[in-house]
Amino acid sequence: MKRLFFGGIHPKYNKEMSTEITDIQKISPKFACLPMQQHIGAACTPLVKVGDYVLRGQKIGDGEGMCVPVHASVSGKVVAVENRPHPNGGEALTVVIENDFKDTSILPEGMNESAEDMDADTVLHKIREAGIVGMGGAAFPGSIKALGAMGKVDTLIANACECEPYITADDYLLRKTPDQILSGVEILKAIIKPERAIVAIEDNKKEGISAIREILPRYPGIEVVVLPTRYPQGSEKQLIQAVTGREVPPGSLPASIGCAVFNVATFAAIHRAVRWGYPITQRIVTVSGEAITRPQNFIVRLGTPFHDLIEIAGGLNDKTERVISGGPMMGKAQSDLSVPVVKATNSVLCLLKDENGAAENPVCLRCGKCVSVCPMKLQPLYMYRYQRAGDVKMLLKYNLTDCMECGSCAYTCPGKLPLVETFRLGKKMIKEANGK
Amino acid sequence: MKLTVASSPHIRGAFKTSRLMLDVVIALMPAVSVGIARFGLRALLIILISICASVITELLYCVLLKKRITIIDASAIVTGLLLALTLPVSAPLWMSAAGAAFAILFAKMLFGGLGQNIFNPALIGRAFLMLIYPVGITRYAMAPDAVSQATPLHKMVMPSLPEESVLDMFLGFCPGSIGEISALALLIGFAYLLVRKVISWRIPVFVMASSAVLSLIFAKAGSPIEWMLYTLFSGGLMLGAIYMATDYATSPVTAKGQMLYGALIGALIVLFRYFGIYPEGVTYAILLSNALVWIIDRYTAPRRFGTGKGART
Repeated sequence: MKRLFFGGIHPKYNKEMSTEITDIQKISPKFACLPMQQHIGAACTPLVKVGDYVLRGQKIGDGEGMCVPVHASVSGKVVAVENRPHPNGGEALTVVIENDFKDTSILPEGMNESAEDMDADTVLHKIREAGIVGMGGAAFPGSIKALGAMGKVDTLIANACECEPYITADDYLLRKTPDQILSGVEILKAIIKPERAIVAIEDNKKEGISAIREILPRYPGIEVVVLPTRYPQGSEKQLIQAVTGREVPPGSLPASIGCAVFNVATFAAIHRAVRWGYPITQRIVTVSGEAITRPQNFIVRLGTPFHDLIEIAGGLNDKTERVISGGPMMGKAQSDLSVPVVKATNSVLCLLKDENGAAENPVCLRCGKCVSVCPMKLQPLYMYRYQRAGDVKMLLKYNLTDCMECGSCAYTCPGKLPLVETFRLGKKMIKEANGK
Repeated sequence: MKLTVASSPHIRGAFKTSRLMLDVVIALMPAVSVGIARFGLRALLIILISICASVITELLYCVLLKKRITIIDASAIVTGLLLALTLPVSAPLWMSAAGAAFAILFAKMLFGGLGQNIFNPALIGRAFLMLIYPVGITRYAMAPDAVSQATPLHKMVMPSLPEESVLDMFLGFCPGSIGEISALALLIGFAYLLVRKVISWRIPVFVMASSAVLSLIFAKAGSPIEWMLYTLFSGGLMLGAIYMATDYATSPVTAKGQMLYGALIGALIVLFRYFGIYPEGVTYAILLSNALVWIIDRYTAPRRFGTGKGART
């Protein structure tokens, strides 16, 4: 069976740039800036105040409801609890720790519990307490997703597509610590009890595929599915469609059609949390792009400001036009490089001016290329037209709310229309109209 | 260093309006070459006049109305070239200029320019010329003062099979308009457009398939297969199917819509050739279908993701 999702594009991937330097460096910042909001849901309330001494791994923020805790990523003194710039835009309450570089830790050493005898509640509790969120970029609380999947899901998918160009953070995990990923899958498999557990990888990660396949025999009941590389395969709905042929209905969660998708980095974090007792205090970050001197992956303590990372990677080219948190297709451009690496930061991308970039006078040719690449089967040209006309009724008729802003249409558009931007404005218009 | 904070995506593909237009011009080069080789330098003159008139009209329009100069997107070149290719080499030179100017002004700029027009500008130009001076556009001769020739289409309305062999017609050894005579040359251009991903295969293939099926069923002379091949290779069917029916602004954007639209044009071509007052029917078949594009798009909208058939799997 040919595995497919609708539409999609083949951008230039540029992944080899960041995989050349294989000797990975660990980065610990002088000041760790830890926002109290690093997940979708309610922000944490700080549990520490200025002057407190904190240990690495100590919980410094937590809250009720849809909230997961934040932990100190370094040991040292809390020097500020204030609003600071956040990579998702705007400011957020942030605990700033001055690193004493002693790395005094409360993390257990040498613990390697078997997860076999743990009941579901224990596993979910450990996942929550470790502050685990979707590490592919979505930052949805891991324990809540896992709880919602229990008893409903027949297919558990580990997302190793990493379809955004430049980023190789998950690829690094696949190559170097495939055991952590598969162990994480095994842990969730034991409590969710799906019929199938699948690691889905795009075929441009040859080394990662063989690393996983090599250890696969030790993990019975887990399969590897290799998918033809195409953007945006790593998007949850598209990956489910590619692997199972099922489509998530509008406004529904994947669990409603029996699927649950977690990123491989999330699985590795689950393994470390459940078996080793480690909360999230660091993650792998790809620092890449034509504008950075030495593109590479780093193991980065959370809270490390972007400018620290950029400096260690050799600094920026004078002609740098954009620094992006995330990938070039869906990432967010930053104006202030003091923003910190958070749980969902998989990449800091430094780009020069794009020669194919936005036109001064964008004109829609009606060529229809946007329609043929849209993975959600939308008609971007009409959505664009009706947003410009301010017609909310037609925007709803053309299902603008289904748009996930993957950017495939804007990437392809020969007229260089600002499609994604326009759709964000359109969604705002719909919200405002609903609010009235 | 000043960092740009702009919306995602931060990278864009290489498709560009002017490049797409240039690709259409390149794709037409085999047909242009055949036209010049067969009809001489006068064919080239007609082509150049039409292109110049088209570009100058657009430029003047923009300058006089103080609008942004748009000729840089090269779409006016395509319109001028396409119009010239539908003219017989014996057409008076002023027709080439007048048709192109009319096409750009009335069918393109007054609708709001590129992408906004409802009807294919080149075909509007041609329809205009058929209206004001039908003799000039329906009389086929090697030169303005030469004896007029009967084109294969003239024979087919009799109805009888043309004198030329099917192969001659495929290669372009027959009377006709400058750019329409060689199906082979036009198909080479089609292949180029497909490779460059400028157009999809759907519209041209459905135009040809629909005309082929209908002419096979309702063959009027010779064997049905012969009649079908003559239908496909005669007149402007290939030129229209590949280069005019696929005009972005005036064709549907949905996959299903494109197939339906192509099939409709193919059927109308056969209908108009059988029952129309002219031997040819491509111009009006496409223009009539142009008018239906918005409706076709609306009723062939893709199924919403996760609903209908998709929800059941």
